[in-house]
Amino acid sequence: MRTKDFAYWLFLAPVLIALTLVVVVPMLLGVYYSFTSWNGITTGGFVGFQNYIDLFKDERFLDSLWFTTKFSVVSVILINFIGLSLALIVTSRIKSSTLLRTTFFMPNLIGGLILGFIWQFIFVKVFASVGEMVGMESLQVWLATTETGFWGLVILMSWQMSGYIMVIYIAYLQGLPNELLEASEIDGASTFQRFRYIIFPLVAPAFTVSMFLTLSNTFKLYDQNLSLTGGGPYNSTEMVAMEIFNTAFVQNAFAYAQAKAIIFFVIVAIVALFQVYWNKRREVEM
Amino acid sequence: MRKKKNWKLEILGILLGILWLLPFYLMFVNSFKTKKEIFTDVTSPPELWSFDNYITAFEELDFMQTLFNSLLITVSSVLLIIISSAMAAYALSRAKSRISTILFFTFVAAMLIPFQSVMIPLVTVFGQFEMLNRGGLIFMYIGFGASLSIFLYHGALNNIPRSLDEAARIDGANRWQVFWHIIFPMLKPITVTVAILNIIWIWNDFLLPSLVINQTGSETIPLKMFFFFGEYTKQWHLALAGLTLAIVPVIIFYFFAQRAIIKGVSDGAVK
Repeated sequence: MRTKDFAYWLFLAPVLIALTLVVVVPMLLGVYYSFTSWNGITTGGFVGFQNYIDLFKDERFLDSLWFTTKFSVVSVILINFIGLSLALIVTSRIKSSTLLRTTFFMPNLIGGLILGFIWQFIFVKVFASVGEMVGMESLQVWLATTETGFWGLVILMSWQMSGYIMVIYIAYLQGLPNELLEASEIDGASTFQRFRYIIFPLVAPAFTVSMFLTLSNTFKLYDQNLSLTGGGPYNSTEMVAMEIFNTAFVQNAFAYAQAKAIIFFVIVAIVALFQVYWNKRREVEM
Repeated sequence: MRKKKNWKLEILGILLGILWLLPFYLMFVNSFKTKKEIFTDVTSPPELWSFDNYITAFEELDFMQTLFNSLLITVSSVLLIIISSAMAAYALSRAKSRISTILFFTFVAAMLIPFQSVMIPLVTVFGQFEMLNRGGLIFMYIGFGASLSIFLYHGALNNIPRSLDEAARIDGANRWQVFWHIIFPMLKPITVTVAILNIIWIWNDFLLPSLVINQTGSETIPLKMFFFFGEYTKQWHLALAGLTLAIVPVIIFYFFAQRAIIKGVSDGAVK
């Protein structure tokens, strides 16, 4: 098949049409709209960089960006730590290995929206009644403060995504040569040394994939944010995705929301490319 | 020494497993209680396993219709994503040229675009063409799902030698026949991966359907669940019965296909 062939374009046509209409055209239109005062009904005039200037003075937007960053950093570390630990547990020769894999992975099949509602019940009702029983007041205000909202989201995401990341680490751990591990044991390496000098460098490619997935999932989080805290109290747990949604569909500031969405894209793209580049370099060095 | 260590790990693993299931246990037992019972005791099983909450939730969720909508949208979208992405990836992998390289990188780069960045113009444009309905939604899923699926198919296709295509061509098969009768069946393992990744995503997707579907009766499970939950915020017994109902189809699917699901997710991430 050659690119001159009619068949080539026929095979590509459905995807090209869908991708153009669903992603390419809206993206280009979006860039254009972000320089206007469009509100969804009237296109509005061309305003240059005004929307971009405004958003850097918009405290609600900047707060959501900061909250999202903090949330992502903490979640990425925790999810990868827990995910790798779970992978090490289930790949050691234990009887319940298969059953445990199934269990840890299960939350990933269920949508973030539903998981958020379940955990809302846990934090609000179960935590409160347990707090009452043991006399711990700190358990009774979950999700009512910014702090508990933050940790609530971190707990929910760690519980959900660790099992996903575990599956990725398992794939790499099973590729480890057994002789190497046995040889190191005979040579008297401690468990920590074995992990640090043999397992860790060999699963480095898994870090690249896992970090990419956790970072992009936590940074773009919307469903769990909506169903667990709804951004509250007082928008203090609102993440970027939700902030953009509210600017667009609650305040009807379409063009302004679109400018925020473009900045969001730029940040996501830079972080993703930088991170893949950095991890690839590290892999080679180790 | 090795045995003792594994025994400890086994206990640790099981304890963690129980911890992981605890939220589901709490959801399940409380979904059978009355409002008053939840108020007095959230941890123990209900005194009476009553299905009253479920009957209300089933009706309020219009469960059979909602389940049908979710099935219809997920199955059609996934089938169309498989067909269109496999075909596109085949063209790109067989015609090695600058155009193919540019197209491939464009598809992959599209994965970096967050949904929020295209959401507002997308809804506006599709709204103008009266495409904010189930058909429009399925079409959008092809656009959003194609990138990753093409990427996965492309990798698999590069491992299938071209001499196979050429042999079939000499035997008189046309491009279409070569692809569907010879190449596509060989892609079965990656097709399973593509199907599973897309099923999990589309079945659970909330934001896109919430923007696209606005007639009652067409809602998917997450969408209907969102409205249901909003209505019963202070009535946990009903909300929990609804949540349990919403999860049941997924658990059944997982029970029968867990091996394929975990393998699919693993292959999809590693490749």
